[in-house]
Amino acid sequence: MSPTAPTLTALTPTAPSPAITASGLRKSFGEKVVLDGVDLNVPEGTVFCLLGPNGAGKTTAVHILSTLMRADGGEVRVVGRDPAREPDAVRAAIGVTGQFSAVDGLLTGRENLLLMADLHHLPRAEGRRRAEQLLTDFELTDAADKRAATYSGGMRRRLDLAMTLVGEPRVIFLDEQTTGLDPRSRRTMWQIVRGLVGRGVTIFLTTQYLDEADELADRIAVLDQGRIVALGTAAELKRRVPGGHIRLEFLDEIGLTAAERVLEGATRDGDLALNVPGDAGVRALRALLTRLDDAGIEVDGLSVHTPDLDDVFFALTGRLTTETGSSDAQSTAQPTAESTKSASMQKEPVR
Amino acid sequence: MSTLTYAARDSTTMLKRNLRYSVRYPATIIVSLAIPALLLLLFVGVFGGALGAGLGAAPPGGKYIDYVLPGILLMSIGYGASSTTLAVNRDMTEGIMARFRTMAISRSSVLTGHVVAALIRTLASTVLLVAVALLMGYRSGADAGRWLAAAGLVALLTFALSWLAVAIGLSAPTAEGTVGFTLIVQLLPFISSAFVPTGSMSAGVGWFAHNQPFTPVIDTLRGLLAGTPIGHSGIIAVAWCVGLAVLGYLWAGALFRKGSAR
Repeated sequence: MSPTAPTLTALTPTAPSPAITASGLRKSFGEKVVLDGVDLNVPEGTVFCLLGPNGAGKTTAVHILSTLMRADGGEVRVVGRDPAREPDAVRAAIGVTGQFSAVDGLLTGRENLLLMADLHHLPRAEGRRRAEQLLTDFELTDAADKRAATYSGGMRRRLDLAMTLVGEPRVIFLDEQTTGLDPRSRRTMWQIVRGLVGRGVTIFLTTQYLDEADELADRIAVLDQGRIVALGTAAELKRRVPGGHIRLEFLDEIGLTAAERVLEGATRDGDLALNVPGDAGVRALRALLTRLDDAGIEVDGLSVHTPDLDDVFFALTGRLTTETGSSDAQSTAQPTAESTKSASMQKEPVR
Repeated sequence: MSTLTYAARDSTTMLKRNLRYSVRYPATIIVSLAIPALLLLLFVGVFGGALGAGLGAAPPGGKYIDYVLPGILLMSIGYGASSTTLAVNRDMTEGIMARFRTMAISRSSVLTGHVVAALIRTLASTVLLVAVALLMGYRSGADAGRWLAAAGLVALLTFALSWLAVAIGLSAPTAEGTVGFTLIVQLLPFISSAFVPTGSMSAGVGWFAHNQPFTPVIDTLRGLLAGTPIGHSGIIAVAWCVGLAVLGYLWAGALFRKGSAR
């Protein structure tokens, strides 16, 4: 293999070339089509997020891009190389951190990092320097000499990512890296990712959480049943998605009917509740409460609903993310979703 | 550096990682030594008198421990292979195997590291086991050349079983999935010429015991160590070992390349 060090080329001020491209990517496991013609283009130094429910094909896409799996069809390039034909060239440039922490539980945190340094053929002193730096950066110094098996979930994920960074990869794949983490650990991971982007690293992120994509991603692709059904920034996606509403609860039928007369477009939600569609900002909320107050209507409870991944998915596919099986029942519950899809979303051309 | 140098360096790194386990958690070595040592005590001290008398044509020197040691050595190799399977399976289920596969490291080094570590571990425990046997009164009529040949055969069988163990460890979805292999390598010596000659068994069992891979290995070891002729057991033993090693190597390689979707 050529002994060139590809880690430094990211710093040269050339025109932003794509770190990852894919066109017509497809993969099936037996009868089941997992990726059905996926196109991707991730410019260098950006954060790209593949958003989708379990089973959408996110992990399969990561596996193909990171040389773990071969595609059935389509063109793929990672740092300009084909993962199927030149896997070692791709591997030298990437780092992968998956949903299951890939750390060696029987070794200590420091030993895990030194193992990575050895496998990247770093000189001993340089390996030690990087290991110590990463332990400090990831707040693992106190636990450095404890076995990784004794670490908490958040610590394991931090160690996992630190191990990925030992080789100073240009492209990092984070496959559902924060799934199952507590909110504080998730925020720590987000900070770390932002720091990496600041250094010019390209991040390919998969997640089921819209807020995570919102926080981190420059561009988001929504993957559903092996196809990309929408592509854009977080703001673009949310703007296209209906579902933001204020839910009002009333003590009795009298209050409810009175409110129905005052509030246009409100729909009943259950026996004694109304959904008022629209943007749920502070000003809109105050205006709404003032109108109810002026009409002398007593409100028992109020809750604000902003669009979440469920809404995005609902709008795009007419199905809920969580239970793909019960899609029919969900569609009838909110028949408007299907019709809003074409109006509010620009569908990405498939292939 | 050339590809080969990298491969050697990566394999060494992996070997160091595996040996570090053995040093830090000596339980696996102790078990793979203590259980065969206990069996040696059991078979020599408890059953030895009766079994030795039943052997009829007792080996030269006539002591049962001389007869039974090769079989106990094989059991030790079996325990070693079981712990290799578990170690590989743990790498698989912990996800670190997937990490290795996304790194630009020599493909073979991950598995080679496990196999070489298994060789070192198992050879160390067989040496200790022979030392225990010598303390218990084992005497060999073999010269240095025959000892060397016996050691070579032990290494070859360990090598073969280790590759099989790696393949099983890669293929099993959980640690429970390796139990079958563990049972086979640990029970097979009982249905072989390890403790009694296959000729003394009932017809069906005897046929199986005579034709299963452990019997020619045990007969060869016994002959080599006792200084008696080994007939064509030697060739059959080597053929079995090479066959199992090739099977294990190809199977493990295919599984490693294919990976799992974990």
